Amino acid sequence: MSQVLFFVSAFFAIGGAIGVIALKNPFNSVLSLVVHLIALAMLFLLLHSEFVAAAQVVVYAGAVMVLYVFVSAYVGEEGETWTSGGRLQRLIAFLLAGGLAAEILISTLGAGLRGTADASDLPTLSAGFGSAAAIGELLLTKYLLAFEAASLLLLAAAIGAVLLARRRSDATVAEGPRVLSVHDLVSSAGTGSMTEGTRGTLAARGMEADRLAERRVAEINAAKARAAHKAEAEAAKAAAGSAPASNDDGGNA
Amino acid sequence: MSVNWYLAVSGILFAIGLFGVFVRRNPLVLLLCLELLLSAGNLALLAFDRHHAQNDGSILAIIVMVVAACEVTVGLGIVVAMFRRGQAIDVDKTRELHG
Repeated sequence: MSQVLFFVSAFFAIGGAIGVIALKNPFNSVLSLVVHLIALAMLFLLLHSEFVAAAQVVVYAGAVMVLYVFVSAYVGEEGETWTSGGRLQRLIAFLLAGGLAAEILISTLGAGLRGTADASDLPTLSAGFGSAAAIGELLLTKYLLAFEAASLLLLAAAIGAVLLARRRSDATVAEGPRVLSVHDLVSSAGTGSMTEGTRGTLAARGMEADRLAERRVAEINAAKARAAHKAEAEAAKAAAGSAPASNDDGGNA
Repeated sequence: MSVNWYLAVSGILFAIGLFGVFVRRNPLVLLLCLELLLSAGNLALLAFDRHHAQNDGSILAIIVMVVAACEVTVGLGIVVAMFRRGQAIDVDKTRELHG
């Protein structure tokens, strides 16, 4: 019975994996991966790892795949498949992947790994093997450091996802729609970054620009007034040179 | 059922995922192929777990799941940012990090 289950699960797992790389639409690839992951959870159950199998179904086939489905529906269909690459690229990929598969199959089913070859050698399992209690105890005693590192990694990933996915309301995309800069993703107004420390926030920068514009307008006005004054003085001089009788006129001016 | 059969399935899955990473160009499908690679590794870990009748490999498998979830969130965030910027969703056409 367990052998039948193994072969059925392995068939679906490998079929789902082939579907992921062969299907044209990314949406169908995601659905194929769901089949693969559920079949894989079945294999985990056959290995008596009940907790990991449950986590696989809940976390992967549930949460992560929903994320994939949403993003593939948002980004849309791309007409690309594994045959659309270059012939040489496909050949090299086939040689490398096929070579790796042959190597692993030889080492597992063929000559190597004698220690795992005999099914009757498998040790009998204790009652708590693969249960949530056993794994939780290991996770909080022997592997506490890995547990903490994983939680830190999750926090970093959550912050990164929020930064990547937020809508930018300021005008940092003025260079054009095809420009994606890491600095644009990282820096934002009012978050206390080092750029703001040296250059001020966006509002401060705007006020500074206003002040500069006012100063420039004042300079232009002053230059205009000076030019007008000069022209007036010259006109007065010319008038004085041509007609000395209009002296009182210049005096009035 | 010998553990070797599980290892063989794991190897086949890993090779399929590797082939997908080599030939596909849509970053979304590339992320799916990375999931294939990681889950193949998980299967091998749990097979050795069964062989040694210890739970240590399960811990490693769960950590791998966490890493895969992080990779998915950041990777999908980058794909969405690329799509919003109007860039082509194609890893061959995305050649520069800075515009």
